[in-house]
Amino acid sequence: MSRFNDSNVTLAKEIIGRFPRAKSAVIPLLHLAQEQDGYVTRDAMSHIAELVNVTTSEVYGTATFYEMFKFEPIGKYCVNVCTNIACQLVGGWELLEHAEEKLGIKAGSTTDDGLFTIEDVECIAACTEAPAIQVNYRYRYKVTAENLDQLIDDLRAGRLADEIPPHGTLARVRQNTTEAWANTGIEAQAKVDAG
Amino acid sequence: MSDVNDTEVQETPVVVKTTLSITVDGRAHEAEPGQLLIDACEDAGSYVPRFCYHPRMEPVGMCRQCLVEVEGPRGPMMVVSCMTPVAEGQVARTETPSVKRAQEGVLELLLANHPLDCPVCDKGGECPLQDQAFSHGPGESRFVEEKRHYEKPIPISDLVFLDRERCILCDRCTRFADEVAGDPLISFTQRGNNTQVNTFPDEPFASYFSGNTVQICPVGALTAKPYRFKARPWDLEQRESTCTTCSVGCRTVIQSSRDELLRYQGSDSDAVNWGWLCDKGRFNFENVNSEDRLEQPLMHDGSNLVPVAWSQASAAVAEALKTGKAAILGGARGTNEDAFAWARLADALGIEMRDPQLSDGLPAEVFGLPSASIEEAANATTIIVIAPDLKEELPVLYLRLRDAAEKRRSRILEFTAVSTGLTKYSWKSVPTEPGLQASVVRNTLGEAAVREQLGKGNVVVVVGRASLAESADHTVAALSAVLAEVPGAKVLPVVRRGNVRGAIAAGLGSNSNATEILTAAAAGKLDTLVLLGADPIADFPDTDLARRAISAVRNVISLDTFLTESTARASVVLPASAYGEKEGTTTNLEGRVTSVAQKVTARGTSRADWMVAVDIASRLNVDLGFDSVESIQRAMIATSVFAPMADGGANTREGVLIDQPATALPAVSATAGTHSSYDLRLVVSRRMYDKGASTAHSPSLVGLAQRNVLRVNSADLARIGVASGTSVRATSSKASVSVTVEADDSVGRGVAHLTFNAPGINAGDLIDVNASVNDIKVETL
Amino acid sequence: MSENTTANYSLGGQVPTGPKILTSRWESADGHTYDGYVRTGGYTALRKALTTMSPAQVHDEVKASEMQGRGGAGFPAGTKWGFLPADVHPRYLVINGDESEPGTYKDRLLMEKDPHQLIEGIIIACYAFGAAQAFLYVRGEMALAQERLAQALNDAYANNLVGKRICGTDFSVDITLTWGAGAYIVGEETALIESLEGERGMPRLKPPFFPASKGLYMQPTIVNNVETLSNLPYIVNQGGTTFKDLGGATSSGMRIFAVSGHVNKPGVFEVPNGITTFRMLFEAPEYCGGVRVNRKVKAFIPGGASAMWFFDEHLDLPLDKPTVDQAGSMLGSGAIVVMDETTDMVKACWRVVRFFARESCGKCTPCREGTTWLERILHRILTGNGRREDLDLLFEVSESISPGLAWPPRQTTICPLGPSAVSPIASAVNRFRNEFEHYIEHGRAIAGVEYVPMHAGSSHGAHAHV
Ligand SMILES: Cc1cc2nc3c(=O)[nH]c(=O)nc-3n(C[C@H](O)[C@H](O)[C@H](O)COP(=O)(O)O)c2cc1C
Ligand code: SF4
Ligand code: SF4
Ligand code: SF4
Ligand code: FES
Ligand code: FES
Repeated sequence: MSRFNDSNVTLAKEIIGRFPRAKSAVIPLLHLAQEQDGYVTRDAMSHIAELVNVTTSEVYGTATFYEMFKFEPIGKYCVNVCTNIACQLVGGWELLEHAEEKLGIKAGSTTDDGLFTIEDVECIAACTEAPAIQVNYRYRYKVTAENLDQLIDDLRAGRLADEIPPHGTLARVRQNTTEAWANTGIEAQAKVDAG
Repeated sequence: MSDVNDTEVQETPVVVKTTLSITVDGRAHEAEPGQLLIDACEDAGSYVPRFCYHPRMEPVGMCRQCLVEVEGPRGPMMVVSCMTPVAEGQVARTETPSVKRAQEGVLELLLANHPLDCPVCDKGGECPLQDQAFSHGPGESRFVEEKRHYEKPIPISDLVFLDRERCILCDRCTRFADEVAGDPLISFTQRGNNTQVNTFPDEPFASYFSGNTVQICPVGALTAKPYRFKARPWDLEQRESTCTTCSVGCRTVIQSSRDELLRYQGSDSDAVNWGWLCDKGRFNFENVNSEDRLEQPLMHDGSNLVPVAWSQASAAVAEALKTGKAAILGGARGTNEDAFAWARLADALGIEMRDPQLSDGLPAEVFGLPSASIEEAANATTIIVIAPDLKEELPVLYLRLRDAAEKRRSRILEFTAVSTGLTKYSWKSVPTEPGLQASVVRNTLGEAAVREQLGKGNVVVVVGRASLAESADHTVAALSAVLAEVPGAKVLPVVRRGNVRGAIAAGLGSNSNATEILTAAAAGKLDTLVLLGADPIADFPDTDLARRAISAVRNVISLDTFLTESTARASVVLPASAYGEKEGTTTNLEGRVTSVAQKVTARGTSRADWMVAVDIASRLNVDLGFDSVESIQRAMIATSVFAPMADGGANTREGVLIDQPATALPAVSATAGTHSSYDLRLVVSRRMYDKGASTAHSPSLVGLAQRNVLRVNSADLARIGVASGTSVRATSSKASVSVTVEADDSVGRGVAHLTFNAPGINAGDLIDVNASVNDIKVETL
Repeated sequence: MSENTTANYSLGGQVPTGPKILTSRWESADGHTYDGYVRTGGYTALRKALTTMSPAQVHDEVKASEMQGRGGAGFPAGTKWGFLPADVHPRYLVINGDESEPGTYKDRLLMEKDPHQLIEGIIIACYAFGAAQAFLYVRGEMALAQERLAQALNDAYANNLVGKRICGTDFSVDITLTWGAGAYIVGEETALIESLEGERGMPRLKPPFFPASKGLYMQPTIVNNVETLSNLPYIVNQGGTTFKDLGGATSSGMRIFAVSGHVNKPGVFEVPNGITTFRMLFEAPEYCGGVRVNRKVKAFIPGGASAMWFFDEHLDLPLDKPTVDQAGSMLGSGAIVVMDETTDMVKACWRVVRFFARESCGKCTPCREGTTWLERILHRILTGNGRREDLDLLFEVSESISPGLAWPPRQTTICPLGPSAVSPIASAVNRFRNEFEHYIEHGRAIAGVEYVPMHAGSSHGAHAHV
């Protein structure tokens, strides 16, 4: 149950500062919370509500709309197997079943050791590379049962730690707000909002 | 250049058409510009079924039930009538086969996951979904899959339950919470077919207006605790009335079954409440049904109050009023007719000292200033607020002013010592402290930006007593300061009790105010004190003075619905009939006279106040000239102030406005010395739920009154060196009490706030009503 | 003169070719870096526009290019910009990088492999119509694209190409990079705007307000697709008419199509717009090289999961918007999915419907309730529990979402997502009714198609909540 740590509060404020209205930062801040804790904690949502000056209920309504946000801990590695049409045509479901057997869990659940979660997901924009999967939103293309076994073994052994950070981290490069930031939109909108 | 001369122009007057000509189902109709098609169709006689549309909220076009066909450039187009504005020449059809097919389709889909548990649903019998399923829907459900399952009703607040299986996701409750109440504490959560209304986990929908969501829910998904499983709609009888809990005077529909009040619903008055009610006004009918109601007259036998017959009690009252010096306190909780009858009785008996307020209101002169209606206030360019927290005390007025600010019709300029519900909607909220209001107002109105704002259009001042721990002079002085700067400003006087203006108009006010009356009583200069629904020990700001006065007077005569601390010491207690049990009219803060209706038989032997007055008069051989509500009203109409009631306007939903004779504000010299740095200036105000009878005797509300704490700005707390949450000693010139202190930065620097009449410590013990301001010293225990 | 050249095509037609204007850096190892971009001519168009052209001139070139938006609706970008009300400021540009329509795969590559080209296009657009700020909204699940864009933006800011006084001119504008969190509907432009405002991504009803007049924060807003904007550097450098002439008479420029499914070489191809045919794409060796194991095409989706399906009689149609519209479907987001003769049409139909049921935002009744219902009926049929009346019921429920099952669809819904769920049903049930009936009779697919029993947890309709 954690609120943002100090460095993330600083980051959060910087992110808020890039939008003409604070509430626009809700989704980026939810991602930041998920990056910090691996999932979105209740306290983080309260903290976000304070930071952008809305109610917790508003943050919660927004957060629960989006599938990527998890409200309880999930696996360190979230394995998303695409079963949508292009992947289904070339074995997406069979791949999902294989993953389920390999990890001993059903899609939508997490292994007891907390390492893996499997999800049955919609098209991930890799259709020409079907069947495609993502691990923590990093792609693997034209995946076979053997590839998948290898991948899981590598993840378990920590061999992919550099390439695939734990669940919650998306981009590892952040946009900076430098002196070159123009602030034109934000200032103009503030004028309009002041009426 | 034109060679048409003036006369010719006058002979052919140009008619400017202000309506739009449309055709609805083949009938020509003139619609209002800006109107939505759904309303225009209804006006034209074609009711379009709907679930999500509500005329007092922004349309969202979500349920899709209101689809109609509109003639377009490429043939008929299906549109949602709730989001389509009318346009000149528009041709709409509401009953074509495609429209019917679409509406049936939507209905079938809505019913697919609906539990259809109508027989056990509170809404059954008055449910638009049920009704439309009968009139528009296909027969048998073709949905053979398992329906959505959720845990059956979950409490989303202390008063409201939500059954998500019944919810049709129309967004009315959630929109209301956000758009109207400004309490977005319920939201849609999840997505798609799993969408559900909910609160943030473990954070209830704590809104003073939550009951409205139950009223506007088009199905039985939201139910109110006080009404759940109480009755079936077809057993209910109803009459339109007015809420008299506070002086907003919201229009209501009171509903009963088997002679028991069961539910109040808001009725949509354009002028006043737009259909909304606050939860206190909606649910405190429970107190009328309370077991604790007084049912019989009581008289003191020397040691106890014992039941007696009315004849004996009335005789005793008549006797007391005939001899010795008497005064009347109260009368603002009854009807205009009640007040009028008592005022005439007092005239006849030469009782001069009367006051319907308890030194917590405004001097009567304020009511004689050029007055603004709620509508005018909520449309003013600038609204100056020098008043108590309207969200706590006049909740629906708060909604109207909030709406004005949110929709950008008005800018609010607020002066307050403690943040209020309106603070965050204010253009400018200027901190002040008791004693400094007038000078702060003068300084602020002198600022260039404020002057510019005031120059933009009309100004309405909403004025009332922000604190019970200061002299009314400060409020009057602040108001004078505004009027000096903005002479054209109109005034909306804020008083708390339901019928203060009616009581004053009827003549229950006098040159002596409650403080003077109680002071005279305490000094032994009064023989008889009549309390018309007044409980000075609980309600008068200075508890000590009230107690002394009540004990010193020989005859305390109380007309009330419950025994109170004040009535406990009375020599005669007369059971009064309550709201819903009597007929008449009431006058709200604007001076709007509307009807109150009797729906159930008066409890026990209780009587309306006016009947008591008539009875006593006849025992004293005084002819008041009336003996019924109708005859009182005839007498009222004969007075100049109530004359506007003559054409029966009080019986319409919007009622009729009366005006007090014009007066000028009394000149006051209101300066209070600055307090020493050891002291904090005391602000005492009320909250919606308190120990007052209407909350205390309503089982659903009683638990909502919060214990009193002393709220102090964190910087002051740090300075004094006390931690938030600890117990401290607070000492005023009157008393010393121990109380929990809480850091709260919505309280201004140098100020300490207590709630009046809250459970826990009694703020009235600390107040000296004769002091200009009251300061307290806060020390660690 | 058109830049088109033609190559001999063994199947008899001429396979048109054209320059790589969008995908030119995709093969290069450092095409996504600032140095790699500048080395290959990057940011010359921005400098040209800012220092030698007026905003109106830039807008005129875009109008002259007749470039249709590449996000799905195919509305000409220059015309859309023209809908901005004069003198209402601030106005915004929102870049739609939410790519989630099943079958669509191009925007992610454009963002990962050539982020600076997109940034350059964004600034050019902002300049042309006076945007005060741009919001680049990337799909949440695309970590690499987010990372590459963040790096590219930081480099562009550092080199005075975004932000204050760009390239030393008076023109200043910021790009805020942000991303979604898993919701297909957010690709719809008004839902995207809601999401950008921190709300649930539920579409707004149009009318009354279209984004160009009241969009983000109720200010005038242009929403453009990533591919649309990535074309702008070329248009500014080469001129609108040069761009236009790359394509056919009614479809200008080059365009990217992703061809997936049962072809030998699925891939993402940049082709001259409006003249290449489906058959060429599927069969030409430089593209997909034929259907796998030389089977026949049974059906194909020409423009993303929302589109009506095409069959062999449509193979020789050119990938030209008006032609495909006329034939009763759409090119949408350039997403082509090929199904060979062994495809289980019931299962294919169900899978596309499940997508829409799962992705419905839930705002309006017909889509929220109807798409799920359709999915559950189809799932029932696939698991051997179909009833004879189910096929009629499928059409009845579809009718409640999309009256007349017409094309382009009419809708009882707020946005086109609901009717999209009807496309696969109207396509597959009509054409392959026997396959559905066989499932209902026998609980399994007809002979000759690859039959794989359903995965246990595959329905979207199983409800159990607390
Ligand atoms: C359900 C739905 C999903 C959509 N998804 C996308 C998307 O992922 N990316 C996109 O660019 N446009 C998408 N669109 C189209 C957008 O609404 C919008 O038309 C487009 O972004 C405009 O850009 P363009 O004019 O440059 O094509 C979608 C539309 C609908 C109705
Ligand atoms: S609870 Fe009632 S008012 Fe609220 S969304 Fe559901 S049906 Fe509508
Ligand atoms: S605002 Fe006042 S009049 Fe209206 S419902 Fe509440 S208590 Fe009654
Ligand atoms: S059609 Fe579907 S996705 Fe679109 S608004 Fe309605 S429920 Fe949402
Ligand atoms: S269908 Fe699997 S990636 Fe597109
Ligand atoms: S009433 Fe119009 S869509 Fe619901």
